[in-house]
Order: sequence, then C-alpha cells, then structure tokens
Amino acid sequence: MAGAAIKAEAINKWFGEGTARTHAVKDVSFEAKFGEMLYVVGPSGSGKTTMLSMISGILRPESGTVRIEGEDIWHLSRDALAEFRLHKIGFVFQDYHLFPRLTTAENVAIPLILQDRPWDEALAEAARNLEVVGLGNRTELAPVKLSGGEQQRVAIARAIVSRPEILILDEPTASLDGDTGRNIVRFVREHILSDQRCIVIVTHDSRIYEYSDRILRMEDGRLTGIERSQLDAQ
Amino acid sequence: MPGILQIAYKLLVNDRSKFAALLVGITFAVFLMIEMTSLFAGVLSRSSSTVINLGASIWVMDPAVQTVANTIPLPDYVLDEVRSIPGVKYAVPLYSGGALLKLRDGTYQSVNIVGLDDDTLFGRPQMVSGNIEDIYGENAFIAIDDAEFYKLENPRIGTEFELNDHRGVIVGIARVASSSLFGVPTLYTTFNRALQYIPNSRFTMSYLLVEPKTPADVARIKERVTAAGYLAVTRDEFVRKISEFYKYKTGVGTNMMLMMLISFIVGLSISGQTFYTFILENIDKFGALKAIGAKGRELVAMILFQATFVALTGYGIGVGLCAALIWLARARLPDYAAIITFSNLGLAFIMVVVIASISSYVGVRKVLRIEPFDIFRG
Repeated sequence: MAGAAIKAEAINKWFGEGTARTHAVKDVSFEAKFGEMLYVVGPSGSGKTTMLSMISGILRPESGTVRIEGEDIWHLSRDALAEFRLHKIGFVFQDYHLFPRLTTAENVAIPLILQDRPWDEALAEAARNLEVVGLGNRTELAPVKLSGGEQQRVAIARAIVSRPEILILDEPTASLDGDTGRNIVRFVREHILSDQRCIVIVTHDSRIYEYSDRILRMEDGRLTGIERSQLDAQ
Repeated sequence: MPGILQIAYKLLVNDRSKFAALLVGITFAVFLMIEMTSLFAGVLSRSSSTVINLGASIWVMDPAVQTVANTIPLPDYVLDEVRSIPGVKYAVPLYSGGALLKLRDGTYQSVNIVGLDDDTLFGRPQMVSGNIEDIYGENAFIAIDDAEFYKLENPRIGTEFELNDHRGVIVGIARVASSSLFGVPTLYTTFNRALQYIPNSRFTMSYLLVEPKTPADVARIKERVTAAGYLAVTRDEFVRKISEFYKYKTGVGTNMMLMMLISFIVGLSISGQTFYTFILENIDKFGALKAIGAKGRELVAMILFQATFVALTGYGIGVGLCAALIWLARARLPDYAAIITFSNLGLAFIMVVVIASISSYVGVRKVLRIEPFDIFRG
C-alpha cells in the first residue's frame, strides 16, 4: 500500500475561554505514510497529545482537515467516526486501560466484540494475537497478574487484533524501565509495522528514537521540525 | 447474548465485592418491601374474614358500619323491606358478635359468635366432623378449626363450655376459608340461639345477607336499600370498604407506607452508591472503549444491562427470602398473617425498577460525559 496514511492540513485547537484561552495546536500540517513509524516528540505541554487526538478522530480540531486514507474524518458523523476508529485505528494508551476484571484474552478481544464478531471467534483471534506478542500462555490471566511490559504487550495485542491500518501509541515506554521500553518498541518495529500499516508514536523518551523512520518535533503547539531518523540514515 | 453485554456481565460479576454489595442492597430492600406489604395484605385479608367466609352476594348494614367487626344492629322491619324489593331472591339475618367463653379448666376465652339464619343456615361452614343439622340440637355450637382453634383447648364433638351461664356443646368441627384478624376463635350457631345466649340491644340483626335473582338486580337492590336509609354493598365492595378503613382511617396504612419508603431509601442508598462507585472505578476503561470505537448507545446498553441484571437477581433473591421467611413463620405460628400477592410483587418490582433506573441514570450520565481525549490526557 502506497501513499499517505494520515494527512493533516493546518489543524488548530484552542482550549479554555476568555483570557484563559490557549492555542494548543497551531497550524500543524504533516503526512504519515504506510510502512512508516512516525514519532511525535516534544516537551510536556507542547501539544503532542492534542495533535494525536485530532489525527485519530478523538478530538475535533477548530480548523484544518485530517484525512486518513483520503477520508476526511471530521466530516463523518459521530457514530460513523466511532465505526471508522474501530476498523481503521488501533490505540495503545499510556496507562494501557485494560479491564482488570477480564482475562487478557477478553481484553484483547474487545475491538472484535465491538465489531459484533461472535464471542468464541473473537476470543480465538485474541489468543492468536497474544501469541504474536509472546503471551500465548497468559490468555486466562487477569492483567493485574502481569508485569508492566506484559501489560503493554496485551495493550498492543488489543490494538492490532482487528488489523487496523493505523496504530497510535501514546507514550508506550512511560511506565516501563529502559530495557523493557526499548524491547517493546523494537518488537513493534519488527513484528507489527508492515507496508500496510502506519504507526504513530507520541513520546519524549529519546532512548527509543533509533527505531523511528521520521520524527516530528513539536514545541508550544507548533511543528518545529521533521527529521529523518538515525535508522533511515543507516 | 451480544458480546458487549457479555463483557458488561463479566465486569459486573467478576467484581465480587461490589456485586455482592449491590445484591445485598436490592435484596434487602425487596425483602423489606415485600415482607411489609405481605403482612399488610395478610391483615387486610383477615379483617374481612367473616365477609369472605359467609359468601353472601350482598350485605345490608347500617351506613355507619366501617368494618365487619363493629356491627350496628338493624331493626327487624329492614328484613321485611329488603325481602319485598323486586329482584331479591332471598334475604336472611346474620348475628355476628363477641362473647366470653368459660372453658372446662375454668379459664375464659374471647370468641366470635356467628349466628346463622335458623331456616336456611345460609353461610354455613364446611364441616370436618359432625353434621351441620346438629346445630339445631340443644346448646349446639360448631367450632371452627382455624389458627385460633387451639385456644378453645382443641375441642372435640361433645366438649362442653359455658357462655353467659348457659351450657354450650360442640356438635361439630368445621373449616372456613380465612381466620379472623383479632386472634379469637370462632363458633357458629343459629341466629336465635346466639340471641338467647348473648345479651343484646333492642335491635338484633347484625347484617342482612341478600342474594339477588340476577346480577342485574344488584343495582336496584342497592338503590332501594339506600332509599330506606341503609347501605347495601356487594361482597367485593364490603371487603374494599374494610380494607380502606384500615388503610386510611387507622395508622396501619401510614406506618406501612413509611416502612416501604424506608426500605426504598435503604435499597437506593446502598445500590445507588455502590453502582456509582462501580462506574467511577471503571470510568477510564469506558473512556478507552469510546476511544477504541464503542458508541454511546453501546456503553448505555452495558450499564442498563448491569443495572437490570442486579435488579432482577436481587429481586428474585428478595422474593425467595421473603417467601421462605413467611413459610417458616407459618410453620411455627399458625395465625401468622402474611400473604404475598401479585400486587405486593408488582409494587416491589416497580420500586426495584426505580432504584435500578436512578442508579443507572447516574452511571449513564457519567459514562456519556467522559471524553476519550481525557484518556489520552491521563
């Protein structure tokens, strides 16, 4: 698959009212391609998460357009946008947000269940994806019984189980030690990234920059630079 | 079951402490509500026992009568007047009053005496032993084998007692549909013997029991009796009149309503608070579901399903517990007055639905307000 997976054009976002009104994202434009692992980096408060939310159909920009595979997502209805996210985008949240009362397999199966896939079929598919992330023997455990790195892998399995073309990872290494964080991102790079998939990672962990294709730098709501990564240079 | 509801079910029941607290709240409320209303229904049913047991279609009485127990005697001419109304198939007098019985061991026992019309014995009870015709024998009385029977020292045919210095003999044992409310045994005899044994005022008939020729005659009979200055009511109307007296003119109904309200508030407090905490603890997960692609209506369906499941399970357990308690109480206390009626069950069900609705409304509001962006922001 070639071409732009995500195309953001002049997106803006303000928060607050009156004197407390803040311009959180200012005229940001960029493209992310299939087969690419794109990092969005910058200090806290630079607008990374806001920008990520707007390109993933979660937060509506005040102006500008976001196209995913050519589809202007902010022209979709609320329900159509939810459906779009369900089929096209996989999320890995910073705190994983796994249901502690469900097994890992049930957690992973959630996107398929939301797609109305039969329960047993969804669980079987979830088990296969847990196998992919190396947790095939942990399907019946509760997430709380897993280590932080394992929980992150469960969250990744949940994000890829419905085979979305776009994968969004928010601070994937924030809760992990250095080695585990690097292993997770290397794993994503080696096993999850493909020509049919685009991965966007928000991070300010410079130790994992080496696994990126390109890095978008943000500061004070603006895009201050787009860099080719060291990987690319090699 | 759709997968999303299966997820909701697992989230609920796998959180055992919260699930147990929710069930306890609903069960406790249902148990209290049904127990209270069943006791009230039992009391109301017993309060109309004489009306139910005698089975007359129409009762004629003084308009000031409020319950079957507080009789106001009618003058004899009323009987003739009623018998002369077109559409009356027959009308017979009834004596109903209290008396003090001296038992063989010398103790005294209050009893309710029912005096049936000498000619027809209309309203006769179902005999268990002895013959109904024996009621015409000298000093004859028929004892009713109900919950209060033992208070007559479990008499048999031939057992003697004293009533106002008259000798009385049990000539038969009979059963009736309903025991009396006031915990006193009942003796049946003839109308004339009741008058002989028990001191009376100038007027002697407690009620007139009337049978219309056709159901269409009821209205005319009631109209003519009213014109004569008395009151004619059907059996159901009399039962309702007695019930309304106890509901609205005594403190019983008010106390019952208060207990219902307290049960409702207790159930709502426990269940509402627990359900709210349950939703709060999972709110970020619901937000994550929204981000992944769950629609608002799917999340609402999950919460409604959870609330409904808890409500129905708690309702079932509450009803079961109440039925078990009443069964147990009846096994130990034969005169325990409690009846679970469909109305009781319906009322408790409505209360449970209200509790579940309020609890889930709070949860639904919370879940619909959570924005997936909040999940990204942490």
